[in-house]
Amino acid sequence: MIEIKDLHKSYKMGSNSLHVLKGINFSVKEGELVAIMGSSGSGKSTLLNILGMLDELDKGSYELDNVPIKNLNETKAAQYRNKFLGFVFQSFNLINYKSAMENVALPLYYQKVGRKERQEKALKYLEQVGLKQWASHLPSELSGGQKQRVAIARALAAEPKVLLADEPTGALDSKTSYEVMDLIQKINDAGNTILIVTHEPDIATMCKRIVHLKDGVIIEDKNVEQVRAEKYV
Amino acid sequence: MWLFDRDLWLEVFATLGKNMFRTFLTMLGVIFAMVILMLLLGSSNGMSNGFDKVFAGTASNSLFIWSQKTSEPYKGFERGREINFRIEDATILKEQIPEIEVLAPRIELGSHRGKVAVYRKGRTSGSAVYGDYPEIDEITKKKLVEGRFLNKTDITDSKKVCVIGEETFKLLFDKNEKAVGEDIRINGVFFKVVGIYKPNNNINIDGENAVFIPFSTFQKAFGSGDRMGWMAISVNKDTPVPIVEEEIKKLLKNKYDISPTDERGIGSFDMSEIFNNISGFTMVLKGFSFFVGIFTLLAGVIAISNILLITVKERTKEIGVRRALGATPKIVKRQIVLEAIVLTAFAGLIGFAISVGVLTLLDYKFGSGEEFPFVDPMVSISQFLISFLLMVSLSVLIGLIPANRAIKIKPIEALREE
Repeated sequence: MIEIKDLHKSYKMGSNSLHVLKGINFSVKEGELVAIMGSSGSGKSTLLNILGMLDELDKGSYELDNVPIKNLNETKAAQYRNKFLGFVFQSFNLINYKSAMENVALPLYYQKVGRKERQEKALKYLEQVGLKQWASHLPSELSGGQKQRVAIARALAAEPKVLLADEPTGALDSKTSYEVMDLIQKINDAGNTILIVTHEPDIATMCKRIVHLKDGVIIEDKNVEQVRAEKYV
Repeated sequence: MWLFDRDLWLEVFATLGKNMFRTFLTMLGVIFAMVILMLLLGSSNGMSNGFDKVFAGTASNSLFIWSQKTSEPYKGFERGREINFRIEDATILKEQIPEIEVLAPRIELGSHRGKVAVYRKGRTSGSAVYGDYPEIDEITKKKLVEGRFLNKTDITDSKKVCVIGEETFKLLFDKNEKAVGEDIRINGVFFKVVGIYKPNNNINIDGENAVFIPFSTFQKAFGSGDRMGWMAISVNKDTPVPIVEEEIKKLLKNKYDISPTDERGIGSFDMSEIFNNISGFTMVLKGFSFFVGIFTLLAGVIAISNILLITVKERTKEIGVRRALGATPKIVKRQIVLEAIVLTAFAGLIGFAISVGVLTLLDYKFGSGEEFPFVDPMVSISQFLISFLLMVSLSVLIGLIPANRAIKIKPIEALREE
């Protein structure tokens, strides 16, 4: 699903150049649930941004579902993001004046899906995350866990190839975190490929594979025995 | 077609609606600008209509010609010779100058603008007495309050009838007395009153204290022979009055042996000159109003652009999320431009509604005013449409500034955690 070869990325900070990713080789197969771990500054967010086509790589290659991701203009990148990727953010990033359902329907709007079909699909995914009865509520009327579940429903709505989650539990207490992880595991059980960036070891152990980043290189890449989150819920 | 995309409009209205107060403040500038533009245009229209009303009843392309004393010696005649037009001059002029449409000869009793004693039952009024043709009514319209004006039969039968001014009526009759059918006496001759006219509260050539009798009757009653005092002439609409004026003067100067360079021998007054001056004035006024109004509008639209620029900055994160979810730059741009258009158009319509209200109020208060030339102050549909379209196209152009700022936002920068 994801093929990364010899990926380099550096940022220019004035006259200095900051080499963040120093040759990453990394691949993800369909149906995997991968945790990308590392301390801050290890380059894990940069990696996710590149995977998410939010940032461009300097050197190396990146293929997503056998499509080379290279030299995309803004319009093409937006279309690929919409088609291939679902995003889950640490701070949910729901649009605060839109109801839960409208938020979930937004990626479908950009896919030019008809209004009725959009609403049906949005409701379907809200039901999947257990928030159907909250469909007409604004984000401000939802708890943190509920917001993140709406965000996950939104990421799923476009039926992406890969779900990218950047610290999805970073703003939640541990109980809510486990609930969200339980949801993510179930989505993964259904066959979805998911990448999670986290720095919490207990969250990482709930994935099937852990990739450790340090100073811009992968220092560890191992498959782990998945801890089911439902035990803690 | 995106124009009919319900979701796009919902998006736009949702963004505008989430901060009603600011949206309203943003619109205020354009509302005021529109009100100013419409009020300026409406008022100058009212002014122009007012002038039209003042001149209503006076043919704009008309002139008046009268005889005076010569100021230059010519062909053996001394200077200071008094010229008297003959009634045949009217026929000659009409025959030789085809541009003349109506020619109404007039003769005055006594000296020009002089007063003649008019009697009735022991009362006297010092009035001007004119011998006229009914055609004069086509050049300076009389507002009749009672009865009728002179007609053709009055001329052909040399009837002893007269039309009097309201002022004359007041001097000769009691307030509630009926004047039509009564007799008045001028120089020992009795005339029956057939009509009373009211001054037109506009250009008033004849005065209010005047008696009009048929030209033919005048000749017989006062023995004026074939003399003629002056002529009121209206000219073909397509011909400038000064050209005809020159032709007439040349012809008459030739006939009465007046030096071609003599400025005094024949007097004339060109009515069109006044009209041209006034319509020039109202044109300048309208142009000025439009100019001022459009720039005010431009300021209003720029204010909208400014606010949208701030809004875009505030919405950086939201726009970033939208971009991450697949919004292309084009979609983002279109939405911001549409917000600018909607704000401007909506504000423009509100401003238009307010100014129509104010103009209606002004019309109600001053519209019928006799003393001030201000009639029917309203903007025309085309004036409104031009301003409105201009305003909307300005908003598109100026909306592109915040829109381009919005698409420069990189999703990654927008989503970076604080």
